[in-house]
Amino acid sequence: MTHDKLQFEVPSGVKKWSSIFMGIGLIALIGGYVVDHTEHHQYWWANILINAFFYFAVALGAMFFYALQYATEAAWSATLKRIFEAMFQYIPVGVGILLLVIAAGQLHLHHLYHWMDPNVHDINHPDYDAIIAGKKPYLSAWFFWLRMLAYAGTFIYFSRKFREWSIQEDTIGGTDLHFLQYRKGAVFLVFFAVFSSTMSWDVLMSIDTHWYSTMYGWYVFSGMWVSTMTFATLALVWLKKLGYFGNVNDSHIHDMGKWMFAISMLWSYLWFCQYMLIWYSDIPEEVTYFKERYDHYMGMMWTIFFVNFAVPFYSLIARDAKRNTKFLVRAGVIIFISHFFDFYLAVIPGTTHAHETFTVWFELGLFIGFLGLFVRMFTTALTKANLIPVKHPFLDESNHHSI
Amino acid sequence: MANKVFHVMYDDDQKLMDAARALVAKGIRVKDVFSPFPVHGLDPVIGVKRTRLAIASFMYATTGTILAIFGTWYFMIHDWPMNIGGKPSFSWIENAPAFVPVIFEFSVFCGAHGMAITYFLRNGTLPGMPASNPDPRTTDDKFVMEIVTEQNGSMSAAEIEEMIKGTDVYELSIKEY
Repeated sequence: MTHDKLQFEVPSGVKKWSSIFMGIGLIALIGGYVVDHTEHHQYWWANILINAFFYFAVALGAMFFYALQYATEAAWSATLKRIFEAMFQYIPVGVGILLLVIAAGQLHLHHLYHWMDPNVHDINHPDYDAIIAGKKPYLSAWFFWLRMLAYAGTFIYFSRKFREWSIQEDTIGGTDLHFLQYRKGAVFLVFFAVFSSTMSWDVLMSIDTHWYSTMYGWYVFSGMWVSTMTFATLALVWLKKLGYFGNVNDSHIHDMGKWMFAISMLWSYLWFCQYMLIWYSDIPEEVTYFKERYDHYMGMMWTIFFVNFAVPFYSLIARDAKRNTKFLVRAGVIIFISHFFDFYLAVIPGTTHAHETFTVWFELGLFIGFLGLFVRMFTTALTKANLIPVKHPFLDESNHHSI
Repeated sequence: MANKVFHVMYDDDQKLMDAARALVAKGIRVKDVFSPFPVHGLDPVIGVKRTRLAIASFMYATTGTILAIFGTWYFMIHDWPMNIGGKPSFSWIENAPAFVPVIFEFSVFCGAHGMAITYFLRNGTLPGMPASNPDPRTTDDKFVMEIVTEQNGSMSAAEIEEMIKGTDVYELSIKEY
């Protein structure tokens, strides 16, 4: 099979629109700061955190999936690996933005993280909080930042190395680099298994400092993974429409649809498990999280759950639907946006509390701005290597994928 | 002229696939293939229609969902209201999260059992039924393709045999029936 179109050219429309989107994002960022009158611009910071984390999560999920394909020696996805690679090229930028937002909290520019206030740990201070003080060993500044740097270092290291080996393979060929990535993929998965959990506690769960859930890490991880698979599917359909990936057949599309479907079910399962256990046991220290959402965001919470469960379930359950790109794209767009709102709801109630006035244009503008940045980095990364890993040992098997 | 049945045996699934493609391209209609495991991509080649088992399963599971919703309402709310763990009773919707696991399990139960029973009935493979595969080795590591002259009226038995021998055959048996 010949791969006639290996070099990706970014369509001028995408260049133009991603720049416009980034411009809109910048305007929203500045405008949002001006019109936000909450204390310490809490609402403004909270929205940056949501977007910073969401797009970083999409990129991180791509690296997880990439490593997973190597560790499991999956062949069908070999031809698609450059899509995931291009997605995780956003990781250094994503980590940077995320760390900036959190560092601003450490410098008390905002109070998204209640526990960063030293007074809550001081027993003689009127703001002393026994529950937060009890978490001091884990949420002390030095240990927290040590973890943050460990995440950043690990993720950036692997994102650069995977890319480097992958591009080398295109010229060198052979199986050495393949088996190297197989081993390193497994090593990364070990780090990812721990870090994806602890990172979700650190960045998201610690916003609601008084609350904890042992399921939270899994829940965030599944949300991250489904967003990744959805973005990758949309990107694949788009690239195929532009005339690239002639070797990708219905079976590949079908498998991508299966991932969207399956991980949506995983997310629904974990969301519901976490909710039901807390609802059933009804212990005050556990229900605080849902109490806040019940009081102020009831409709949104249930809408997110039902959309993220029912849309993929009913629209993608049939085989023909997973092979129909129109179906996939429509369902995918809904799932992607709805999972953004899932992260939105993880951050907003704990940071802005009863503040229920939303500046819609600011939130939308920021989301669009980050989308523009992500798409720009994704498409630029795609141009920097062959679209298809021409010397991947599994490429031939991948080209003949049929189910 | 009596009808003839060809049982063409192959010792590799790839050889079987190649042979099926070659024979179908020459206009032969393959009646069936006996294989120890599902050979991916074979069904469309020999013209087997997509199974509707998945649709049936979905309907069984939906039936299960509806039955379980009715059941939880009837047993736990209507007929004998129960108060477990201080959860409010007398209202199905307020207790719904607690009922979701059983609704889910019952849906899976109905979907899986309905699908399995339908499969057995449709294929006639009920317990105690005689085996219908032509050669017991097809349950081990061999693949048998069945071709009958009846379905290939435009060709003579000799022509069919000639074409079959053009493929990578392991063993060929021709019977009249």
